Amino acid sequence: MRATTRKHFRAEKFDFTSFFFTGLTGLATLLIVAILAVMLGNILLNGWEGFSWRFVSTIPKKDFFDINTTGVLPMVVGTSIRVFVMTIFVLPIGVITAIYLTEYAPNNSLITRFIRAAVNNLAGVPSIVFGLFGLGFFINFIGKHLDAILHNSSAVWGQPALIWAALTLAVMTMPVVIVATEESLKAIPPGLREASLALGATKLETIWRVVLPQALPGIMTGGILAVSRAAGEVAPILFTGVAYYMASLPHRVTDQFMDLGYHVFVLSTQSPNIEQTRPILYATVVVLLLLTFALNLVAIIIRARVRKKLRALG
Amino acid sequence: MGLDALRQKILLMASRAETAVNQSVQSLVQRDYDLAVRVREDDKIIDQFEVEIDEMAIVLLTKAPLASNLRLITVAMKVSQNLERIGDEATKIAKRARDLAQEPPVKINFDINRMAVMALAMVKEALDAFVQRDPAAARGIIPRDKEVDAINKEIHSQLAQHMTLNPDTIGRCLHWIVAAKSLERIADHAKNIAEEVVYLCEAQDIRHTLKN
Amino acid sequence: MPKLNLPEAKTNSPGSNILIQIEALSLYYGATKALKNISLTLGEKVVTAFIGPSGCGKSTLLRCLNRMNDLIDNVRIEGSCQIGGHNIYSPDVDVIELRKRVGMVFQKSNPFPKSIYENVAYGLHLHGSQNKSEIEAVVEQSLRSAALWDEVKDRLHASALGLSGGQQQRLCIARAIAIKPEIILMDEPASALDPLATARIEELILELKKDFTIVIVTHNMQQAARISDQTAFFYIGELIEFDSTGKIFTNPAKKQTEDYVTGRFG
Repeated sequence: MRATTRKHFRAEKFDFTSFFFTGLTGLATLLIVAILAVMLGNILLNGWEGFSWRFVSTIPKKDFFDINTTGVLPMVVGTSIRVFVMTIFVLPIGVITAIYLTEYAPNNSLITRFIRAAVNNLAGVPSIVFGLFGLGFFINFIGKHLDAILHNSSAVWGQPALIWAALTLAVMTMPVVIVATEESLKAIPPGLREASLALGATKLETIWRVVLPQALPGIMTGGILAVSRAAGEVAPILFTGVAYYMASLPHRVTDQFMDLGYHVFVLSTQSPNIEQTRPILYATVVVLLLLTFALNLVAIIIRARVRKKLRALG
Repeated sequence: MGLDALRQKILLMASRAETAVNQSVQSLVQRDYDLAVRVREDDKIIDQFEVEIDEMAIVLLTKAPLASNLRLITVAMKVSQNLERIGDEATKIAKRARDLAQEPPVKINFDINRMAVMALAMVKEALDAFVQRDPAAARGIIPRDKEVDAINKEIHSQLAQHMTLNPDTIGRCLHWIVAAKSLERIADHAKNIAEEVVYLCEAQDIRHTLKN
Repeated sequence: MPKLNLPEAKTNSPGSNILIQIEALSLYYGATKALKNISLTLGEKVVTAFIGPSGCGKSTLLRCLNRMNDLIDNVRIEGSCQIGGHNIYSPDVDVIELRKRVGMVFQKSNPFPKSIYENVAYGLHLHGSQNKSEIEAVVEQSLRSAALWDEVKDRLHASALGLSGGQQQRLCIARAIAIKPEIILMDEPASALDPLATARIEELILELKKDFTIVIVTHNMQQAARISDQTAFFYIGELIEFDSTGKIFTNPAKKQTEDYVTGRFG
């Protein structure tokens, strides 16, 4: 009996193909992990020297290149605030657009297809183009006209500012939020909507009471993706609000701001002594990575809390 | 389908019952002792059919049949019961035939044949109506039961008269009376079958309505 | 906006008051005529079953009664459907009000991913109830009427998704009756359930018919025979026969009905 079983179920020969593909995919994974490790390792090793609490909390003087006096506080604040303001704009508009596309727009009508095509194409536009768009549209068009309407003697709105940079970033990350929201809305079974409507709810009530709460984790994912992308982008803010040097922290939406990513660029290209500047450079990169990581972490924690609440719900 | 098998079984039982009646009458009229004995033995088979048909019907009912299928099953159960009784009555006739065959014949002119022919015809036609699903034919059978009753009364009074005048024939006359009564009952059962056929085809329950 | 004039007086004999009157109702999906000239009258507090082979239009007709077909693009209605004497397709009818009076239970149970309590209270919150103790009372009563109270009374605030299939369906029923409709529409409510759960739903329906008029679409003829008072048989968008359930299932008038009911087709 036993011999027969073994005869029928034992593999005839060594399965090379299976092994090969397992090996291949495993190696690919290792490769990626290795690259990541090398990058991070390199950054941390080199940046650790310059990194300190003083570094993060000091507002530097115009000379960025003295490791003992320089700091990145304004850059940290600038990056954080522009991401935060962007989120305030991109989440509501993106979610509402997605809700329109999923719940209200007639299927396959010309308008719907046009909007979808527009969203998809937006996602493919290079970041620098967004920067130019921000300059041309927000600053030179809207900003200038705003100044004219308000009878401002000097350009208040018609110049690079936090608000325009945030809006430019919002336009850039809009597709991400729209798509993530749409996906999470579509994932909700239509039966739930039917049940709500059959109880006498309007479409709006159904969306507000049943659909949106369910979709919240997905929306937050979109938000997280938008935040991650925006935190690291430099090109869109180049013409729309970032400054080489600001003596104080930004405190109005019309202020310009400093930025970590831009500062890395500045340090690499403007440095008189690359050997001296290198530790500062790496330390700035470390701060940028930590900030992005922290922003993501906060968003992920909030999303996890929302998920937990949904699962246990009352 | 199970319903076809049920129908087949009813038909088999019916043919056996018809045969039993035919043979019992034959054994009576022709004073055939052996035939009479055979009829009595064959009755067991008819009884067995009734049991089998009821079992089949119950099993078919678990499948929750509806409409005409449902009616077929309840009708099958009733028809089989009637056929079993017909078999029993045939057996009774055969018993009397057996007893009469062992004694000299009674000299009396009564037409048991006519009654037998009528009863047999009613049985045959009721079963044909079942096979053909012909409610009109079935309805036609029902009033004839009265005629058979009438003949039975006539025979009864003739025999009663004969017994009074010829007391030595009492034993044999009583056998004849019982045999005639059994034929009358066979006609009743044929009428019942006809009523069931009407119910099967038209879903109309005409029992106890036409004042027969 | 005129309110739906649904009768308040409840007479003792079920079906005595005409509640739903469908007249020459036709429904088009684009160019396809899915319902052909349906005329049907249903009484109060009876259970009516819609039977027929797949695609015969029974679910479509059911969904006309609470205008859920409005949600589908390209649907056109001709004819009228009167509930309580008022044509629900006339332009002045408030669909929201209609759906408060005509509730629906679906084939696949669809409780909201909220707590059991919140599910049942959903309709109440929707229509403006604020009084917490009142809501609690209605929730309890609805769960009792749906034969679910004993099983969930200790975990009202647990997620509804943790219930079994049969329990979820009873929850959906409780949710529907919480807003006290006059009519409950059920679209194959037990088809996704095991026989035991199905039996409980059927028992429940027999209880519910004391207080509600019920219209149920079902594929299961024995179920229709068990629980309904009247049965309507549909075939390819037409109403073939409508009569008391006993008659339909023992001696239907139309050959098509007989063929369907005895399983000779469909």
